[in-house]
Amino acid sequence: MDATQQAVRQQVRMRGRSYVAFVFSPVVPIVSWLAEIDETLAKSPGFFTGKPVVLDLSAVDLSQAAIAHLVGSLGERNIRILGIEGVDESRLAANMPPLLTGGRACAITTVEPQPKPVKAKDKSPSLLLESPVRSGQSIVFAEGDVTVLGSVGSGAEIVAGGSIHVYGTLRGRAMAGINGNSSARIFCQKIEAELLAIDGYYQTAEQISDSLRNRPAQAWLEGEMLRITALN
Amino acid sequence: MAKVLVVTSGKGGVGKTTSTAALGAALAQLGQNVVVIDFDVGLRNLDLVMGAERRVVFDLINVVQGVAKLPQALIRDKRLENLWLLPASQTRDKDALTEEGVRRVISDLRTKFDWILCDSPAGIERGATLAMRYADEAIIVTNPEVSSVRDSDRIIGMLDSKTVRAERGERVEKHLLVTRYDAGRAARGEMLSIDDILEILATPLLGIVPESQDVLRASNVGCPVTLNNAGSAPARAYIDAVRRLMGESIEMTVPVERKGLMDRLLRRRAA
Repeated sequence: MDATQQAVRQQVRMRGRSYVAFVFSPVVPIVSWLAEIDETLAKSPGFFTGKPVVLDLSAVDLSQAAIAHLVGSLGERNIRILGIEGVDESRLAANMPPLLTGGRACAITTVEPQPKPVKAKDKSPSLLLESPVRSGQSIVFAEGDVTVLGSVGSGAEIVAGGSIHVYGTLRGRAMAGINGNSSARIFCQKIEAELLAIDGYYQTAEQISDSLRNRPAQAWLEGEMLRITALN
Repeated sequence: MAKVLVVTSGKGGVGKTTSTAALGAALAQLGQNVVVIDFDVGLRNLDLVMGAERRVVFDLINVVQGVAKLPQALIRDKRLENLWLLPASQTRDKDALTEEGVRRVISDLRTKFDWILCDSPAGIERGATLAMRYADEAIIVTNPEVSSVRDSDRIIGMLDSKTVRAERGERVEKHLLVTRYDAGRAARGEMLSIDDILEILATPLLGIVPESQDVLRASNVGCPVTLNNAGSAPARAYIDAVRRLMGESIEMTVPVERKGLMDRLLRRRAA
């Protein structure tokens, strides 16, 4: 009997671990303390987004309703409270963050400068490829425009959320505006494409007029018609 | 500093093995220490083209799997003492090759040779990817024909993404070798021209090897064309290509057959 019980593998294991979190220590009046938080948020929105925040209520004496209101007010500012400390457990309702004990102070390395360059990148969603796209390669960039300095080989494909620019010969497939962007366009220096598509409307090589072949061209959507015209 | 060169193409039958043998022999003729490796496990041919098929005891797979030592598997050419062959196994398939094993063999060879030429199998599967995996430079063999050119384009894309150098953010230097070129047919529009090929592949040209009976004749007697008839048009094209590989700048021409009266008489009689 004992032997079989030992053989059962324990799936749930309890372990202790400590983490670093921001600690907010509200002071009275709470209203002006919240106004200060708003100021910080105005300077760098999303500063606290996704950060673990602990509320230290040892400096104030709040009722259960007041604590619930404070947690709610911070929630409105997208600040989620991980836990509360410095308060009697009886003041906390079941739906509130749990009581934390045994916290130790430590230095928090500011991560503020990091998100900023990422945001700067987000502003210009375009992908620049400085080498030819070879047969069999598939470039998928749903976020925006794709620019290729070189040719797109036969059997290669470019898929873009925005427009596609090819400074070379387009021999493969180009699919622009895949996320329903019907104003996306395809430009190329020489058109020998296997397939052109914008927002799901497409033309194959057979349908592309021979008079366009080997010329600079652009494709755009006119209603539900994919139009291709020479650029010169 | 040893250089690892992969001779590749994507498409089969374009002249990878013939070119590997010819370029390897030409490098050896210029005094370089050369080893040619056959990566076409299961369909080995390089031993035949090199005329070493009756001397194969151990092969690449044996070395990769640690059954044999590298010096046991290396076959020295009978005509050139600084030209060596590492043959493929005919009884196994490409799955017998392991990345770690190939890495070990290549790094061993790097200490012994100036040039390591890897003869890639056709296709884009395991054999071809492992042949190019550790390459420093690549020779892309292309015929003046659309399917060959498109497959070469695919292989160039893989050289830029699947090699160790590419993964480290370095470049694999690429050279284009056009084989089976017929200037007359290209001029009549029956073949892609060199300009067409270069426009599509955007890769520097290493040489143009003309279509020639000499190539087949050399293969049939098991002798690289550069050794069999060094004066022939294809041999001169390969020798020029090798000189360019070694850094010389040589004007790009399509060597033509030197047809003497005797040649013509003999050819007519042979036909």
